[in-house]
Amino acid sequence: MNAITQKPLPAAAIAPTREAPPGIVVKDLALRYGQQTIFEHLNLEIHSGEFIALLGASGVGKSSLLKIIAGLATPSAGSVVGSDGLPLAGRIAYMGQQDLLYPWLTVRQNVTLGARLRGEKADEAWADHLLEQVGLAGRDNLLPAALSGGMRQRAAVARTLYERRPIVLMDEPFSALDALTRAKVQDLAAELLTDCTALLITHDPLEACRLGRHLIVLAGHPATLGEPITLDGLPPRAPDNPQVLQSQGRLLRILTELHQ
Amino acid sequence: MNSLQRGIRPLIIFAGLLLIWYGVTLTGVPNYLLPTPFTVAKALWTGREYLGYHFLVTLSEIALGLLCGLALGMVLALTMMFSPRLQQWLMPVLIISQAIPVFALAPLLVLWLGFGMASKIVMATLIIFFPVTASFFDGLRRTEPGWLELAKTMNAGGLAELRHVRLMAALPSFGSGLRVAAAVAPIGAIIGEWVGSSSGLGYVMLNANARVQTEVCFAALFLLALMAIVLVQLVDISVRKLLYWVPDSSKTY
Repeated sequence: MNAITQKPLPAAAIAPTREAPPGIVVKDLALRYGQQTIFEHLNLEIHSGEFIALLGASGVGKSSLLKIIAGLATPSAGSVVGSDGLPLAGRIAYMGQQDLLYPWLTVRQNVTLGARLRGEKADEAWADHLLEQVGLAGRDNLLPAALSGGMRQRAAVARTLYERRPIVLMDEPFSALDALTRAKVQDLAAELLTDCTALLITHDPLEACRLGRHLIVLAGHPATLGEPITLDGLPPRAPDNPQVLQSQGRLLRILTELHQ
Repeated sequence: MNSLQRGIRPLIIFAGLLLIWYGVTLTGVPNYLLPTPFTVAKALWTGREYLGYHFLVTLSEIALGLLCGLALGMVLALTMMFSPRLQQWLMPVLIISQAIPVFALAPLLVLWLGFGMASKIVMATLIIFFPVTASFFDGLRRTEPGWLELAKTMNAGGLAELRHVRLMAALPSFGSGLRVAAAVAPIGAIIGEWVGSSSGLGYVMLNANARVQTEVCFAALFLLALMAIVLVQLVDISVRKLLYWVPDSSKTY
């Protein structure tokens, strides 16, 4: 039973131009498959505009937790609501482990996918802006098959941002990229997600330390949340930032100890 | 160069087969057993009106059978996707329908539906719908879960999900079913014509065979093969157009 009791930053400091995004309140959450309890009595509060990185071994239930928050899976008990007390449905953008670009749509059509699925007219100006920002401006008419892994992931970032959702959930979105591309896409994501409440699942302590404000480890059977590690400074932090290096070492140690 | 080779290759194969055929006729096989290519060509030319008429009959049977089979196959696949309970009842029936050889059904269909085109179209439909249903249903069921989840987080309605995700994702499977359907489509029509008909290429072949007009039989066979090849090619081209986004690794022709 752990909760982050960090005071939220004043809204103005996070998003001077728009309304503060809602936080996430996970209350007494449990997930069971038959006899097996993945986790129970899980409590987590993510404050408005914070970037949380969630780490843990494979199979510990990180992705299940994220899917429950995203409304894609049903918990056995407990609830997830916004910090304003309202449900999160319709306020969440989700990035999965794969880029999940639809192969029959062009890059631009993939970015504006939400509009297509809701039967709305696509906001082409907004799509142009996002494509520009992720560096795919000249490639908007290509099919995903013609893109490299890094470009595909950047297109997925643009698609996520197109939704203008205040909360963004990410399930190891960058794990399939090579180190250099990953660093670039991380920088991009960190810059573009500054106005959002974000929860990132990752295997990679360096990624967690570069992007997260609070780092939390999910471990054990049934799984519990560890004490959060808090980092100062705005992400993306430099990979050779002493704080990043130190936290990374500490995280790795925690993870290996937990693993034994 | 490569595409040129691909274009020429069928012609070379065709010419080679003709040569072998001609070579065999030179060994003294009687004409009523194996006519020469020239006799067949002559039969094609002199019987062009007669053959042309029957060609069109068989062609329309196949085309209508293909349309009905496709429609039935797609409707069945969609029905089974929407209702898992119905699927449990439908699937055994479909499998039974395929366990009965169409050859055995042909006389009954002719008895029920007469000597006209209806019995042939039904026969072709029966042969065609199953590969379409099976492959399309398989494709509809195996939509990448991540694509569906993504659509859900974007508040997609059920119809939008079907139209923009499931159907599109099932197209490659549908395409392979369509290819099989095009390849087997002529079988149904021809069997129907053999069992009882007064027109169509199957009727021509049966008739010519009984009168030992082997060259007419060959001419009809040639037209039938031509029709089948063109049909398969046309379907292949349209499937590739439909699947513009699938990397072209499965070139079969």
